[in-house]
Amino acid sequence: MQDQTNAPVPDRSTTKPVISAKSLDLTFETNDGPVHALSGVDLDIGKGEFVSFIGPSGCGKTTFLRCIAALETPTGGTLTVNDMTPDEARRARAYGYVFQAAGLYPWRTIEKNIALPLEIMGYSKAEQDERIARVLDLVELSNFGKKYPWQLSGGMQQRASIARALAFDADILLMDEPFGALDEIVRDHLNEQLLDLWARTEKTIGFVTHSIPEAVYLSTKIVVMSPRPGRITDVIDSPLPKERPLDIRDTPEFLEIAHRVRDGLRAGHAYDD
Amino acid sequence: MKNLLPILTVLAAIAALWYAAVAPMNIRGALDIAERGGAEVVPAESIARFDRSVWRLMIDNPEYIAAGYALERPRLPTPGQVGAELWKTTGDMALRGRALSKRSLIYHGWITLQSTLWGFALGTILGMAGAVAIVYSRVVDMSLMPWAIISQTIPIVALAPMIIVLSSQVGIEGRTVPKAIISAYLCYFPVLVGMVKGLRSPGEAQLDLLRTYSASGLQAFLKLRLPASMPYLFTSLKIGIAAALVGTIVGELPTGAISGLGARILIGDQFGTPLAIWAALFAAAILAGALVTLLDVMQRVTLKRMGMQT
Ligand SMILES: Nc1ncnc2c1ncn2[C@@H]1O[C@H](COP(=O)(O)OP(=O)(O)OP(=O)(O)O)[C@@H](O)[C@H]1O
Ligand SMILES: [Mg+2]
Repeated sequence: MQDQTNAPVPDRSTTKPVISAKSLDLTFETNDGPVHALSGVDLDIGKGEFVSFIGPSGCGKTTFLRCIAALETPTGGTLTVNDMTPDEARRARAYGYVFQAAGLYPWRTIEKNIALPLEIMGYSKAEQDERIARVLDLVELSNFGKKYPWQLSGGMQQRASIARALAFDADILLMDEPFGALDEIVRDHLNEQLLDLWARTEKTIGFVTHSIPEAVYLSTKIVVMSPRPGRITDVIDSPLPKERPLDIRDTPEFLEIAHRVRDGLRAGHAYDD
Repeated sequence: MKNLLPILTVLAAIAALWYAAVAPMNIRGALDIAERGGAEVVPAESIARFDRSVWRLMIDNPEYIAAGYALERPRLPTPGQVGAELWKTTGDMALRGRALSKRSLIYHGWITLQSTLWGFALGTILGMAGAVAIVYSRVVDMSLMPWAIISQTIPIVALAPMIIVLSSQVGIEGRTVPKAIISAYLCYFPVLVGMVKGLRSPGEAQLDLLRTYSASGLQAFLKLRLPASMPYLFTSLKIGIAAALVGTIVGELPTGAISGLGARILIGDQFGTPLAIWAALFAAAILAGALVTLLDVMQRVTLKRMGMQT
């Protein structure tokens, strides 16, 4: 990138990466033989970066996120999170995770669902209430706190699950297709809010998406992956400024990156055939 | 209530079948009484009637069919007779201030209810504790579950007298404790199976969520597994309490028991008073229905308060 000066990416020669994967492998042993979900994945994610993972279905995006969250154990290579093993980082409650499915507990109201991690982490009642109100407002569900999940639409449930992950102070936010179920307008709105939140809190975000514009709009770094075996085919450091109004999506810089992502995805598919 | 019509239709069909069955079941008794009263019946001797089918007897003596509906000791009483007997031994006695007399079914029902509730409490505690152990320990799962299943294949009627004898051997007075043990023996199993299913009902995704919070095992139990198991728990409690009642009644059957609905059934059999048996049977059925309904209401209220759709 010639534009490196404009890039919001922190200088990696001085800052240690928050997440660092070196020749990471993960093979699932299934009844139909081994599945190479991840193969030779090398990736450093610096503090405060917004990294999107994009690639065809089954290329290991979810698996990589789950490895960072210590929900899967890699079969090869090394992975550190905050200089710890993923498992230690998990016990240090280093991250919030937004799953592909909202996964709200049906016997808890939206408020109580958001309170769940706060209860587990031992926040005081007053602190809980304060945080619940704040994140509900953030995802624009303030009037729905007392409702049960089944009384909300699928998109609203997904927003509630995002609020739940934002309610506690984790430096890392891992999001697996959080906006996949939402309509375009709400999605745009939440993208803006997410950027805003990211800018204010300096969280490090790992974000899985199938949408090229979404990846380009949000990210400081776009990781393009391809399947069988799941691997990284391209890593694009975005030259876009940190300040991003929605209409940045019509600028030539934006379209240029989008093109590069698309080419990367095409190459992955061609390799496949 | 649009459910009422089908329910009433089924009830009416059962009552009609029952009334129809009274005629063949009681024709012999009616003819015996008529013969003893000096009336002409076909054939005249009871020995000869023994070889005839009830249908033939009814065809030959149609005028005595009606008498079968008003016998004092009918082989099969009519629903009306059972109802009258039930009223005589419950409501009527209560009205006369003798609700707790030894001849009242309220008294015997109360004895049975006590043992049932003790057995239910014991069985539920055992079942839930067993379920927790099974869900949290593979070793317990593999070692306890087969025994739990085997325990239910042993006929309870064979086991009940042994439990009664054994408990009197170790110096336990009276029937309440052995009866409660027998009843718990039948009750714990549905609770165990239901709770195991309920505690295992949260999916991997829900467990993963708690893992990302580094929740402790106890927190996962209290905040996820236990609430998720509630619908299963209530369903098995309803089966469990019915089983506990059956267990208590079986525990009252072996000779020696003098109180409880089971003892009434046994005594009715020994003294040849079928009406007493039927009244006790219906009292047991009504008790079971009331207990299950009570749990059903508790289930609805609890799940509604938990915000779960039922
Ligand atoms: N628990 C598992 N056991 C066996 N195979 C698995 C398991 N989890 C994932 N896989 C396999 O690993 C590969 C990568 O799956 P993964 O879920 O990471 O894909 P993904 O990129 O998230 O796809 P999508 O975009 O559809 O969500 C797939 O081939 C999948 O079948
Ligand atoms: Mg996925």
